[in-house]
Amino acid sequence: MRLQKATRCALFAVLELAQDSTRQVSAADIAEKYNISANHLAKVLRDLARAGMVESMRGAGGGYRFSGNVKRVTLYEIVKMFEDVEQGTRPEAGDESPIGQALSRVTTEIDEIAVSTLRSITLATLLKLMHRMAADGSLNRELV
Amino acid sequence: MPETVDGLTIRSARTTDVPSVVDLDARITGLNKDDYWSDMFERYGRRQNRYFLVAEDSEETLVGFIIGEVRAWEFGSPPCGWVFAIGVDPDTRLGKIGSTLFDAICVCLKESGVDTVRTMLAREDELNMAFFRSQGMMGGSFIQLEMALTDEIGARQQAGGDA
Repeated sequence: MRLQKATRCALFAVLELAQDSTRQVSAADIAEKYNISANHLAKVLRDLARAGMVESMRGAGGGYRFSGNVKRVTLYEIVKMFEDVEQGTRPEAGDESPIGQALSRVTTEIDEIAVSTLRSITLATLLKLMHRMAADGSLNRELV
Repeated sequence: MPETVDGLTIRSARTTDVPSVVDLDARITGLNKDDYWSDMFERYGRRQNRYFLVAEDSEETLVGFIIGEVRAWEFGSPPCGWVFAIGVDPDTRLGKIGSTLFDAICVCLKESGVDTVRTMLAREDELNMAFFRSQGMMGGSFIQLEMALTDEIGARQQAGGDA
């Protein structure tokens, strides 16, 4: 599954901030850490702030802070803000043909599995996975 | 077994627990299944490598249950643990009862000699799916498939079949 650049930026930002919701981090620091465009990230953070996922803190030492519930917010909620998750349900040319209908069954199955996976993984679960991978040595240290 | 963690006792189910399991399951699912749970207890409550565990609080009220077993060689799968039922009193959710039950059955399964545990859930069962994922479970190497058993199957058999 290939996620759009904005979705990846949003997931990096939200997960970075969700590790400690009392900590304020600047957009520049997040951009640098994940090697992503600061301009792109700034736009994504504005969208996340509008959705109530993060809070913008002004003044010296300002930045962003996670403002959701780490045990409740799922990856799906972030992904759907930036991806067209309904794409697969919109009719396209050829869908009515017998082959189109059979193909549609298969692609719907793939979409449903993807959505169900994203819906079942909370930010807390993903962060736990990251810690577990770090503890059992399965993180690729050369990439960290 | 039994084991007490933070005032919660995890132990093997007894015949006298069945009515409480029926009540708890009915509260969760809205369905009263007395015969089903009596049968489950007969099949999983007192046999080797099969586990029917319950959780009770400090007042000895049943607040959760979990059932699992060791299965082997289904489509080439080496022996592994299966968890196929879990229920926690809705009023006590987020109180770590599910996690404690899951940890306890994982210990039992590990002691039976397996190193993997599996489960199968409905895609839309977000509550249980999120719970098992929070325990560290992820998509595995097997995929569940199904089909409706229709009259077409009989016709296919009469025609000689595909395989």
